[in-house]
Amino acid sequence: MENNLVEIRWHGRGGQGAKTASLLLADAAFNTGKYIQGFPEYGPERMGAPITAYNRISDNPIRIHSNIYEPDYVVVVDDTLLESVDVTAGLKETGAIVINTTKDASYLKNVLKGYQGKIYTIDARTVSMETLGKYFPNTPMLAAIVKVSGIMKEEDFIEDMKGSFKHKFAKKPEVIEGNMKALEMALKSVKEV
Amino acid sequence: MSIRERLSGNEAAATAMKQINPDVVAAFPITPSTEIPQYFSTFVSNGTVDTEFVAVESEHSAMSACIGAQAAGARAMTATSANGLSLMWEMIYIASSLRLPIVMSLVNRAVSGPLNIHNDHSDAMGVRDSGWLMLFSEDNQEAYDNLVMAHRIAEHKDVLLPLMVCQDGFITSHSIENIELIEDEKVKEFVGTYKPEHYLLNDKEPMAVGPMDLQAYLFEHKYEQAEAMRRAKKVILEVAEEFEKMTGRKYGFFEEYKLDDAEIAVVCMNSTAGTTKDVVDSLRAKGIKAGMLKVRVYRPFPAEEIAKALSHLKAVAVLDKADSLNGAGGALFEDVASAMYVGGNQVKAVNYVYGIGGRDTTAKEIETVYTDLEEIAKTGKVENPYRYLGLRKE
Repeated sequence: MENNLVEIRWHGRGGQGAKTASLLLADAAFNTGKYIQGFPEYGPERMGAPITAYNRISDNPIRIHSNIYEPDYVVVVDDTLLESVDVTAGLKETGAIVINTTKDASYLKNVLKGYQGKIYTIDARTVSMETLGKYFPNTPMLAAIVKVSGIMKEEDFIEDMKGSFKHKFAKKPEVIEGNMKALEMALKSVKEV
Repeated sequence: MSIRERLSGNEAAATAMKQINPDVVAAFPITPSTEIPQYFSTFVSNGTVDTEFVAVESEHSAMSACIGAQAAGARAMTATSANGLSLMWEMIYIASSLRLPIVMSLVNRAVSGPLNIHNDHSDAMGVRDSGWLMLFSEDNQEAYDNLVMAHRIAEHKDVLLPLMVCQDGFITSHSIENIELIEDEKVKEFVGTYKPEHYLLNDKEPMAVGPMDLQAYLFEHKYEQAEAMRRAKKVILEVAEEFEKMTGRKYGFFEEYKLDDAEIAVVCMNSTAGTTKDVVDSLRAKGIKAGMLKVRVYRPFPAEEIAKALSHLKAVAVLDKADSLNGAGGALFEDVASAMYVGGNQVKAVNYVYGIGGRDTTAKEIETVYTDLEEIAKTGKVENPYRYLGLRKE
């Protein structure tokens, strides 16, 4: 029943677009024919406060309605959360964590308390600054989780995001190209620690 | 062909309202239902609908405006949650006693206090005796489908009662999920044109609405409301049958999930039902005869039918997402227990209050309910019928 269900948990800070990224991921997976859930865990939202968002992606209808406690993948949009939030809580060792960071391997292994699964990093700040000229980490992180989880083919993802961005940025088409570049650069920048 | 989409529960509700294109929508924003009038006001601004949108200054006014519009002869809708519904309370009773088939989308949230914006059913349970028809929805699909069926039920000449469609705040209202939408034209045809028999703007039939009604007749008018509620059962099934012909999706008073040959079962409403279905499947894989009954139509309460559907069980647990704070059980439990007692059904029953104020309810927790039920089925004893699920121990 749950054999093809992929569960993803996002950790970010209010204003960084983790919720939007989870909804965009749901969109992209939906467009490849999947059943999806994308939902944030609402708390007292404010800029900079830790927030959590979730995705379920499956070939079968999804009926469960609860938060995700044993995710296959975790995405950390802001590495300052690593010391304050237990980001690997329940994370399957067969899964992986993707972190937006420039910190080195020994720091990460230490702060992740011996997590035995795969650890991936991406410097989403550099990707974002080079392609968008501003710091929007959610677009690179979206590409990073698609790459790491393999929930869809990279070509399908890129093709689909073109359509999504056209729709999302209908009123500011000038940012579409930069966002597409951010996705492409991010796909190449993900590194396994 | 239906349209494959992905929408949040609030988007689904707003989409149904767009396709219904009511004459009047009057609403005031309140979390987590705010998005419904927000999206709908976009449809109004874009000219997608020709609804008169009344941006009122409070929920009391929202319901008052709906009452005025519906009494005048218009089809009126609104959306609210929790304290918004509390502020409507006076007018909620007026709407049903005037027999005005207003349709509301209620996005369930805990009623303050202390202040909490998250999901439970305390708002809905507060108006369970107000004479409104109440439909509950497991997910975005059901929130949408129930709204599409709502006017046909509420406006039927044998019913003429207001109707609220409930869904769980945030859990479904803010979760993007797959949904099958019905084409605009089909919804329009299904819902039909509102043709009230009596209405204020009919200059050929002057009438008074809401005059004083004292000892001589109020009793009879209340009896008529109760009769309409009883008659609604037939109409609800007829509309569901027609809806099934259009969409292939089957609706009744409740959904029975693997209940036929079950020995133990959970009764619940809204989004918890989906999680419970997964639990039932995993228990079945272990050879445990578990089942579930999800109540869709809470008002009118299908007492006889529920008593019959549960009669073969060894033990049943009723999950209440609101505490009646009466020391004796939640509202759904009392309704189910009373239905079983009157129906001559001696099944052992136990009540769990759960998920209060947005407390997340996991599959593991629901599994523990079935474990308790196995124990009750084995011993035939219920030590404490009034329990809590997911309450902090410390």
